[in-house]
Amino acid sequence: MTPRRRRMGLVIGIVAGVSIAGALALSAFRQNVTFFFDPSQVAAGQVPAGERFRLGGMVTKGTVQRAPGSLEVRFVVTDFAHDVPVSYSGVLPDLFREGAGVVAQGRLRADGTFVADEVLAKHDEKYMPPAVAKSLKRRHGEARSDPGS
Amino acid sequence: MLPELGQFALILALLLAGMQAFFGIAGPMLGRDRWLAAVTPAVAGQAVMVATAVGCLIASFVSNDFSVSYVAENSNSALPLFYRVAALWGAHEGSLLLWILLLAAWTVAVALGSARLPPRFAARVLGVLGVVSFGFLLFTLATSNPFVRLDPPMPDGRDLNPILQDPALAIHPPILYTGYVGFAVAFAFACAAMLEGRLDATWARWTRPWTTAAWAFLTCGIALGSFWAYYELGWGGFWFWDPVENASFMPWLVGTALVHSLAVTEKRGLFKSWTLLLAILTFSLSMLGTFLVRSGVLVSVHSFAADPARGIFILAFLIVMIGGALTLYAWRAPLLKSSAGFELGARESFLLFNNVLLIIAATTVFAGTMAPLIADALRLGTVSVGPPYFNPTFLLSMLPLLALLSVGIHSNWKRGRLKDSQRLLLISFVAAAVLGSALVYGVYTNGHVLTPVGALLGVWIILSSLAEPLQRWRRRVRVPRGMLGMTIAHSGLGVLVLALTTVQSFTIEHDVAMAQGATTTAGAYAFRFDGVQDVEGPNYDGVGATITVTRGGALVAVLKPQKRQYWVQHQLTTETAIHMDHGNNILVALGEDLGAGRWSLRVQIRPLVSFIWLAALIMAIGGAVAASDRRYRGAKLTEATVPAGTEGSAA
Repeated sequence: MTPRRRRMGLVIGIVAGVSIAGALALSAFRQNVTFFFDPSQVAAGQVPAGERFRLGGMVTKGTVQRAPGSLEVRFVVTDFAHDVPVSYSGVLPDLFREGAGVVAQGRLRADGTFVADEVLAKHDEKYMPPAVAKSLKRRHGEARSDPGS
Repeated sequence: MLPELGQFALILALLLAGMQAFFGIAGPMLGRDRWLAAVTPAVAGQAVMVATAVGCLIASFVSNDFSVSYVAENSNSALPLFYRVAALWGAHEGSLLLWILLLAAWTVAVALGSARLPPRFAARVLGVLGVVSFGFLLFTLATSNPFVRLDPPMPDGRDLNPILQDPALAIHPPILYTGYVGFAVAFAFACAAMLEGRLDATWARWTRPWTTAAWAFLTCGIALGSFWAYYELGWGGFWFWDPVENASFMPWLVGTALVHSLAVTEKRGLFKSWTLLLAILTFSLSMLGTFLVRSGVLVSVHSFAADPARGIFILAFLIVMIGGALTLYAWRAPLLKSSAGFELGARESFLLFNNVLLIIAATTVFAGTMAPLIADALRLGTVSVGPPYFNPTFLLSMLPLLALLSVGIHSNWKRGRLKDSQRLLLISFVAAAVLGSALVYGVYTNGHVLTPVGALLGVWIILSSLAEPLQRWRRRVRVPRGMLGMTIAHSGLGVLVLALTTVQSFTIEHDVAMAQGATTTAGAYAFRFDGVQDVEGPNYDGVGATITVTRGGALVAVLKPQKRQYWVQHQLTTETAIHMDHGNNILVALGEDLGAGRWSLRVQIRPLVSFIWLAALIMAIGGAVAASDRRYRGAKLTEATVPAGTEGSAA
């Protein structure tokens, strides 16, 4: 019986290990998932205070401002219903431009400015980030581009 | 004419794949041995047809035939010849064709290597491969035909996505796909064994070299992708936990488990049904990887296609393939009982831990990759899961794996007597602690809590892996290829752990605004910005900066990063400049003109980051060496009756 009992012990150990790992993964999950909001959701106060989230929309034309020679840059992200001013310090990605889709990650400051620590433009030229395209379609009939084209 | 010929060849290939599948599977099932003779010619014919189709598409690319839609979308007359050929797999349709070509190549290799296999078994293996090929060919012809003509033709093409115009990325998809597709062979062997209802040590010996070879290719492919992301995307990271990276990493994790579980199945005749399940799972994840990347369901830089019809077809195909294989498994696996037992502390138990931990790791990666999809489907909002989730959960399962590795490779089969290797383990552990501390506290100065742990584990794995071959070499005992390969691969893993530890602990990174003549420092290095000048290439123009890097006043390198604008797609790309100095990778990326004569620059020092890719290469070489062991080639039909576990302890 000993080998069988030993094997049972092994199985129980493995099951316990897997459950502990699962529980830890689940808690890591709940703490580390980043939500995506569009400017209308931000304006409606749906963002929990102080939470890090992703803001997605279009960079409004003519709003990208930079103090000459500084890494600080400010621009406005819009979904054509509401606007959110964004400030960021650092190198912008290659695909960042006025009138194009953007996703920024960061926190909302008390004055309503979104302070981004990361600006992503990980979509390619042919389509918008799907999350942005979907939100734009919802907010505005004439979304600039559909994700399939 | 050529595109039509190519399409015709693809249709013939589809028919031949159907023949190969039917005769290969139905022949042995109905006992019609004469049907088996049709399988090999079908394999050969299919390979010729697929190669013809690929040749036609390449010819269309090379001759700039912009009447072919796929060529017009992904090439341009100004594109250099090398990239015109590589543009073949620059997007969805051609990538699928590449997939099919590689599957045909693997199938031919199996057919050539199957002369020693029992004819019925060989036919079944080729038959299953035929089913896979049939599905992919049907998918290509039905939804993703690369030979569709444009009327009228475009005057010039829309060009290959500029970030794909890069040597490492040109060879990344073929190597990655060779790995993905290679697991189809393990899958086919597993299905054939289930169809036969018989699985023994000989079966494992046939399957092992194919699996290990596929694993080695996948390792190389992932490393190449990581290397490309490091220098081409301009961010300087080596791993982003991007869905597409995860899509290739999950089959790697499960494939690694499979390689280890096959060792137990061969040596001890254990884990039989588990091995079958892993073979099914690995290939399923390879196909899921294709699905995730190619259906565009995930937001990612790699998702070229966003066509739901394709997604539904692949999903249906996945359900048929995986569902079919799992049904077969449920029906047949109970026949394959493992009889022998083993003790806790025996090598089998360590390989079991290895498997469990790798599966946990793959599961956490899977959960993180699929969570945004599931949340979206359940309307829980749009979420993204990033490194803050992946890093700790992945480490959680990897740390025990790495800690158990050294003990595991010095344990015995069957018996849990660890005493034999106690002294060796103790000595190598102390040596690793000394060397690891010397690295962490001597060469680099600060670090994270896990830094010494990572350094210790990395060095310990290297030392303990080398111990047995060194002892054998001193006693002038032959080191079999299998053991040599294992040693190389495990040492590579040790190097990888060391490199990951130093990179994660000691990376320095700044974004700076600099005027001409200004200097900034990062770590021990000083960077002087010497201004920008215009540059022009064959299909782009842009600006290049000159940055002089010094260390303690001595010149280290003159770096010339560029910002390019490609003419056709008007896309900006960042060409980073990299120099390696004393194991430190110095990376400079040029940002944008900030006005007032200043430019933004990203400056990064990543210690030992090159060793990450070197380590992957070492691991792949280990796999190649192990796969070439003559023991596998000598496995003849007559040995099928030899009971498992009669050989030495090499895994």
